[in-house]
Amino acid sequence: MKDLFFDAVVIGGGAAGMAAALELDAAGLSCAVIEREEQLGGILTQCIHNGFGLIEFNEELSGPEFAERIEEKLQGTNIRSFTSTTVMELDAGSENKVLFCYSALWGVLRLSCNAIVLAMGCRERNRGNIRIPGDRPAGVYTAGLAQRLVNIEGYVPGKDIVIIGSGDIGLIMARRMSWVGCKVHAVVEILPYPSGLTRNIVQCLNDFDIPLYLSHLTTNIIGRDRVEGVEITPLENGALMSDKAFTIPCDTILLSVGLVPENELSRMAGVELNPMTNGPLVDSMLMTNVPGIFACGNVLHVHDLVDYVVEESRRAGKYAAQWLKGRRPVREVRVKAGANVRYLAPVRVDVQADNKLYMRTLIVKNDAVLEVRVNNRVVKSIRKNHIQPSEMIQLQLSPKDLESVLSAPDPVVEVSIN
Amino acid sequence: MSEELICITCPLGCHLTIERKGDDELLVSGNRCPRGVKYANEELLSPKRMVTATARVLRLPQESQADSLGLVARLPVRSTGAYPKETVGDLLQAIYALEVPVPVKRGTVLISNFKGSGVDVIASRTLLE
Repeated sequence: MKDLFFDAVVIGGGAAGMAAALELDAAGLSCAVIEREEQLGGILTQCIHNGFGLIEFNEELSGPEFAERIEEKLQGTNIRSFTSTTVMELDAGSENKVLFCYSALWGVLRLSCNAIVLAMGCRERNRGNIRIPGDRPAGVYTAGLAQRLVNIEGYVPGKDIVIIGSGDIGLIMARRMSWVGCKVHAVVEILPYPSGLTRNIVQCLNDFDIPLYLSHLTTNIIGRDRVEGVEITPLENGALMSDKAFTIPCDTILLSVGLVPENELSRMAGVELNPMTNGPLVDSMLMTNVPGIFACGNVLHVHDLVDYVVEESRRAGKYAAQWLKGRRPVREVRVKAGANVRYLAPVRVDVQADNKLYMRTLIVKNDAVLEVRVNNRVVKSIRKNHIQPSEMIQLQLSPKDLESVLSAPDPVVEVSIN
Repeated sequence: MSEELICITCPLGCHLTIERKGDDELLVSGNRCPRGVKYANEELLSPKRMVTATARVLRLPQESQADSLGLVARLPVRSTGAYPKETVGDLLQAIYALEVPVPVKRGTVLISNFKGSGVDVIASRTLLE
């Protein structure tokens, strides 16, 4: 067993992990990145479509290009990356934090460190998570798994396809499967509106005349050995119209029904999670309740743009470096999600620092107003042209914005949208 | 006769109503900004799409057999600009006919100026093996 020490260890070598590691290295700290795949880059390497990098690089890139651009920045640094390496155990209880890793390349590794950045990303929800009844034949895939099979491994998982869920990954796979010669028969969405971007509805469904069934529930998967069809039932005012159910013949079902942050290791280390995001609750330095463990990217909350992941992760890396050098938040207050706000990350702000928060709303609205209140008094008000649940909102809070917190007894900062 | 479009330039998603005034002139309403007019003109008169796909990778036989686990089987490629929507199929066929020897560097031009469109197809990742 190899025994190594680093100032900080980053778990996950995707966009988030690489961005965080670069900041730790730039601060002069020794840093390792642990990645279970054979290469760095994370999920970006299978996202061959374009649309990445408009904020980060001011260019429209494909996923692999974006990943390589970040990875190239690691060259010439002292960052040690361990690919084909899986973290099996995380022990934050002892004096140093200790990670036990298994690796095809390095054998068993025992890494000790003073800080950890969690950057494990997220996982797709699958059939079990949404409890689709019916047979259990072959041919049911999550959209991301199908994406990996087609784009990296070079296998096409079927010919006649129905996509359940209208998330962006599902929509993008509808176009991808159509372009490799499959027939996509339908996209089925339980909600009355699509969860993906309008742009993707237009370019991934309308371009190929793929019908989108809104307010429809998948009520049965049919097939003995291989999927033979899927039964769809319309919903009217929340009630299933069983007499209007119909079956679409197909041999493959792709599920695009949401993503969940992957926090098995976080739980093992005693990290407290936010039930709204399934990601860790973090303070103004993106640190979890376990001192020295930070979180960023999709393991913290599911982002819609990798550009935002990189921005947030850079801050996590910076904060981790500052924390190792002794910086602590001066005075923190809790930020509460008010009306029409689903969640905020982080959940604490430092009254004496510049804070950046990401949030999601619960509503679709044009000409909305975002308000920040301290003990019910509005301290900041921002107009938003358009808001919707699928688009993250950014919020900056400066010491000036939070001035009134200092004089308030039991201050509560609340963010709401109306 | 009027046509309907949803502008996808920004997340506002304006519902556009378009009336054709002759072969290449449109009257656009419902837009909240000038970009709506530009979008309607592009989308109705000369719709174009970015194309992303994967191409076959040529490896020496012994390499491909040695340890295929974790080996990237397809090279991701993309168009360098938007290509006329009606004939995207032709461009895809040209991409599927490619056989790209490794190593290949990101940005390598694989198809140059396809059918005089000014659009190239480039490798969108580096494959060393």
